[in-house]
Amino acid sequence: MNLTVTKSRLKGAQTGHSLLAKKRDALTTRFRQILKKVDEAKRLMGRVMQLASFSLAEVTYTAGDIAYQVQESVRKASYTVQARQENVSGVVLPAFEGVRSKDASDFNLTGLSRGGQQVQKSRDTYVKAVGTLVELASLQTAFTILDEVIRATNRRVNAIEHVVIPRLENTIKYINSELDEMDREEFFRLKKVQGKKKRDAERANESRMKENKEFEEGGKGQVGRDDGIGGGEAGGGDMLDQGKDEDVIF
Amino acid sequence: MEALGFNMDAGFLEGVVRGYKAALLTQGNYHSLTQCENLEDFRMQLSSTDYGNFLANEPLPLSTATIADKATEKLVSEFHYLRTNAVEPLATFMDYITYAYMIDNVILLTLGTLHERDTHELLERCHPLGVFDTMPALCVATNVEELYHSVLVETPLGSHAPMRSGPPHPARSASKWSQDGSRAPAIHLGLAYLHLADPAAPYFRDCLSAQDLDDLNIEIIRNALYKAYLEDFHSFCQTLPSPTNEVMSRILSFEADRRTLNITINSFGTELSKDQRARLFPTIGRLFPEGNNALARADDIDGVVASVDHIAEYKSFFDKAGATTGGTDNEGASSLEDEFFKHDVELNKQSFLQQFQYAVFYSFVKLKEQEVRNLTWIAECIAQDAKDRVNDYIPVF
Repeated sequence: MNLTVTKSRLKGAQTGHSLLAKKRDALTTRFRQILKKVDEAKRLMGRVMQLASFSLAEVTYTAGDIAYQVQESVRKASYTVQARQENVSGVVLPAFEGVRSKDASDFNLTGLSRGGQQVQKSRDTYVKAVGTLVELASLQTAFTILDEVIRATNRRVNAIEHVVIPRLENTIKYINSELDEMDREEFFRLKKVQGKKKRDAERANESRMKENKEFEEGGKGQVGRDDGIGGGEAGGGDMLDQGKDEDVIF
Repeated sequence: MEALGFNMDAGFLEGVVRGYKAALLTQGNYHSLTQCENLEDFRMQLSSTDYGNFLANEPLPLSTATIADKATEKLVSEFHYLRTNAVEPLATFMDYITYAYMIDNVILLTLGTLHERDTHELLERCHPLGVFDTMPALCVATNVEELYHSVLVETPLGSHAPMRSGPPHPARSASKWSQDGSRAPAIHLGLAYLHLADPAAPYFRDCLSAQDLDDLNIEIIRNALYKAYLEDFHSFCQTLPSPTNEVMSRILSFEADRRTLNITINSFGTELSKDQRARLFPTIGRLFPEGNNALARADDIDGVVASVDHIAEYKSFFDKAGATTGGTDNEGASSLEDEFFKHDVELNKQSFLQQFQYAVFYSFVKLKEQEVRNLTWIAECIAQDAKDRVNDYIPVF
């Protein structure tokens, strides 16, 4: 009874193990992909940010310091981030998406008399830079979460592989060995019983033989096929030859 | 005739300003600056020029902003030296130079007040040339209405009002200003200008009463003020004896035209209507009036090119900048800006060719400003490791 239960548990553990291992592999694949993307994005980031800050330098060259003006003219974020959820083998990964609002022309009169074009250009460059930043942030978050999940999965896989399964297997082995032991005991007992029975039978046979012999030697008759005492001719008569039974009259 | 008496009043200062001019960085200086590997080298190179040890006490690492600040400081101290020693009408002339910066400062403070920021922080951000004594008083105001009605009255910008209000009495107002140190009679420059000289006045007033000056309006106000300032400065210069008026008129006309062109180009694709745009065009300059009218109607860069067609110099800017071929692409426009700077420098350099006139002071400030810009640019390029663009500065001498 216990064996069956344990066996089914082992079976379950093995299935779980293979499933988790599969999940781990899938996650690792994804992880590698993201790692690659993060690397790319980071490199791109460096370039884009350099461009962006250079374009700001251009603005400062032509239009002077516009920082305060721009800062103050912002009323609503023109670039917002929307979070989506992505499912990778049961892991929910947040994915960010930059959304540029329609009325993003908040300060397009900045530098009207000087350097307006540069301001626009710089703004566009910075919007691109922020886009890259958002992408990088999304990747980075996915990266950390995946890392965490992969660790957990790895731990579970290892735990199942090295603790749960061996333990179950040990239990099964133990149960099996106990069962075998019991089996052997039973067998031995049976053997013993059989041997005893045989010995008893032999002994009985011997004594009967002796009795028979004595009987024969005593001349009392022959021992018939049926060796039982009182058997023989008298005992071995044919029932059919005993003549007709008297009619039974009611 | 002017040459006779000029040296009595301004001879010394002209000598000083020409000396300052001689200290402007030369092509050779620029060349060695562009070769610098880092800002440390940059400072070394500058220490051999007139800038001397202006960065000596700065903690490392140097930032480009510090360099710009320090260089501006030097310009400002030189300017203040000249201004302190100046007598009328040169003093007024030099005050006029500072008004341009004052406009920026006042707009900055207005902007701060509009957004209910602590305007005291803003004082540090103001351009030092545009600082005036009562400027900190502007910070007292907590809302626009207050700022507008009670405090702007105190600013020197406000004192422009009488000149525009009366019939043109240039000589009288110039002399009046000499006594009028207290600058008492005043309305805020913007209102004064706009009320009396500008069709945009009702617009300005409406904005204020509505209490919702938004950013669009601020930028328009700034440009309206600047337009008024340019016109006023121009008419003031006309009162000065020749050759100041000739030289200044040339420079200011170009400045006005540059603004007109820039406003036109930069307003493409924004919510600034053509009507509003036309109001921001200064009414001086070589483009005025028919060029301005054409520009007011222009819809794209080709229209702009067409409207400056009759002025060979401006046309050549567009040709050089390649704006005609590239449409409205940014490359074209940015080099157009560079062409403007170049021409500006050229005009300012030319003003040094004539003696016994005040335009050298203006030109000196402008050239020095350009030099500060150049230094900042080169420093920026060095700091950001963009060596390929480092030669995009505008050489002065």
